[in-house]
Amino acid sequence: MYATTLAGTRHTFPDLKSVLAAATPLRSGDVLAGISASSMAQRVAARYVLADLPLTTFLSEAVIPYEADEVTRLIVDTHDAGAFARVSHMTVGQLREWLLTDDADASALAQLSPGLTPEMVAAVCKLMRNQDLIAVARKRQVVTAFRNTIGLKGRLSVRIQPNHPTDDPTGIAASILDGLLNGCGDAVIGINPASDSVETQILLLRLIDDLRERYAIPTQSCVLAHLTNTIAAIEQQAPVDLVFQSIAGTEAANRGFGIDLAMLREGRDAGLSLARHTVGANVMYFETGQGSALSAGAHHGVDQQTLETRAYAVARAFEPLLVNSVVGFIGPEYLYDGKQIARAALEDHFCGKLLGLPMGVDVCYTNHAEADQDDMDSILTLLGAAGVNFVMGVPGADDVMLNYQSTSYHDALYVRDVLGLHPAPEFEDWLMSLGILDAAGRIQDPRLTAGASERLLSYGGVGK
Amino acid sequence: MSDSAEQPPAVDPLQRLRSATPARIGLGRCGHGLPTRALLEFQLAHARARDAVHEAFDPGRVVAGLSDRETRVVSSCAPDRQTYLQRPDLGRRLTDIDAALLTPGGYEAAFVVADGLSSPAVHAHAVPLLRAVFARIGDWRVAPIIIACQGRVALGDDIGERLGVGLVAVLIGERPGLSAPDSLGVYVTWNPQPGRQDSERNCISNIRPAGGLSYEPAARRLAWLMNAARHQRLTGVRLKDTSALPTLRE
Repeated sequence: MYATTLAGTRHTFPDLKSVLAAATPLRSGDVLAGISASSMAQRVAARYVLADLPLTTFLSEAVIPYEADEVTRLIVDTHDAGAFARVSHMTVGQLREWLLTDDADASALAQLSPGLTPEMVAAVCKLMRNQDLIAVARKRQVVTAFRNTIGLKGRLSVRIQPNHPTDDPTGIAASILDGLLNGCGDAVIGINPASDSVETQILLLRLIDDLRERYAIPTQSCVLAHLTNTIAAIEQQAPVDLVFQSIAGTEAANRGFGIDLAMLREGRDAGLSLARHTVGANVMYFETGQGSALSAGAHHGVDQQTLETRAYAVARAFEPLLVNSVVGFIGPEYLYDGKQIARAALEDHFCGKLLGLPMGVDVCYTNHAEADQDDMDSILTLLGAAGVNFVMGVPGADDVMLNYQSTSYHDALYVRDVLGLHPAPEFEDWLMSLGILDAAGRIQDPRLTAGASERLLSYGGVGK
Repeated sequence: MSDSAEQPPAVDPLQRLRSATPARIGLGRCGHGLPTRALLEFQLAHARARDAVHEAFDPGRVVAGLSDRETRVVSSCAPDRQTYLQRPDLGRRLTDIDAALLTPGGYEAAFVVADGLSSPAVHAHAVPLLRAVFARIGDWRVAPIIIACQGRVALGDDIGERLGVGLVAVLIGERPGLSAPDSLGVYVTWNPQPGRQDSERNCISNIRPAGGLSYEPAARRLAWLMNAARHQRLTGVRLKDTSALPTLRE
């Protein structure tokens, strides 16, 4: 039992997960789960309790029992006590203060990552204001590579997301070309297929691979199908670069996605076996999102932000190239409005980075959420300041297959410009070689760079 | 609006690709921003979608459209739109008062018309779709049509169980996208009871005559699903929908 008395009122919490849930900034998903704080004062009381908790508490009390959940077992069994030693004497509140100091620089944070459990990171996150989340995350560089290098300081990569309601190859190619002409595509060219057939997946993989080979584009491709489909595609010699899977922070929620840790291991091995990477061997692409465990009825009474951070513990076991929190996609029953989506986006980015993950964010919302493109502009700008590794590039911000709104190619150009950020170095060189960027790195009007655009647009006759 | 006098003639290199996708490609740029026309077109589409989510449902319009049929108007436990959007659990349960009014009557199937996330979809498409379906399922004993306010798909499980039917079909407004604020979906569930999973349902989506699935083919698929479900005594992933195959050959 945990308790504190504030202003004459005694607040009690039966266990660690109740403290964590009550301390979480208000969001609809925790209210839906019935675990949110009962008042604003109780929320702050939970933060007082959390601030004084020794970090070692998280090594002795699991929010989901070790015996019941393989994600807990992964967290406990891979915890690096040596790395933890640097902060093992601290409380959660002291960890927050230390993270904000200059002592916690890039190298100190990198050394600390394997010593932190996701629950410690979620806990300190709940004590932090948005500016704290930005200030600390921007110090933690996480660099990964496949055919280019993502996450370097001063760089922001963009996924081209060229979805089409019927997977029409010409339509998808058109969206890809538009993205390339706008300087996007260095994180990945990643298609969410409308069909769940392996044949369609292979067709689309060949489409991107052909385009990439023809123009020697230093980037990687992905068709975001279920892991088992991608393994089947690999068995059929399809040109698979990245192995994709949605993951969550509990064993039961992962079962709802049709996967477990052993299958993820198998998928990564299959991806590595193709040896298609040139610069680095990060072959996995994961997507996550607060609320996925509750949505699957697999949350164990744990708040959605803590569970999301546990999903990052799953991700880090597989050395991914990209981890993408699809923060506003799941809907208003989990994150109600622009304020809740913004907070969650900064939390997810901070927690993932602190655990050593190459975090990107799908800055997005659905039409039944209280949010609009102005909210997305704010979130994108905050994440750019926080050093996010990558964001989405969707033509005109309107995903015509998944029916939600994300960030656009234009948005990527905007945030790179106002924050002085560049594409991945290999990709930036390629953009300059085609004249899409000028020597100073400025994006060119495709109407003025006929050479580059004509070359790209002659691709496969789609421009004819 | 985007072209100033200094710029060369606007030859959009993506112009030729536009017809290949409904995606917003080749919008052009002003600096790094959107041309004003594209900016406003996006805002209009979003506004229409938002208005669709919040437009008040008028069950009387559906009742009037089905004046030759027995109808009942019920409500879920979600009292208003804001609650509905944040508490899906409440949208899946009938109020106690309405629940007490629904009793078995030897029916085989029930139709539930629910507002879901788009009242305009229900206002426009529910009645014509039902008429097209009724013309095809004359051999079914159908319960009074239930018209549900602030309803989710799974509200049909609660209703179907109380009516004692073997099958429930829920006609519901889908979450509006920017391309269409008024798509209707139909979810068919065999042996409805609370706790059914989405994998135990079959769905027909994007029903709207302008740009989506029109009433006759939607009704044909729905009637096919109902008869196949009755024959195989199940719905969901194990009931493979082959009704589209003959449609393609027609």
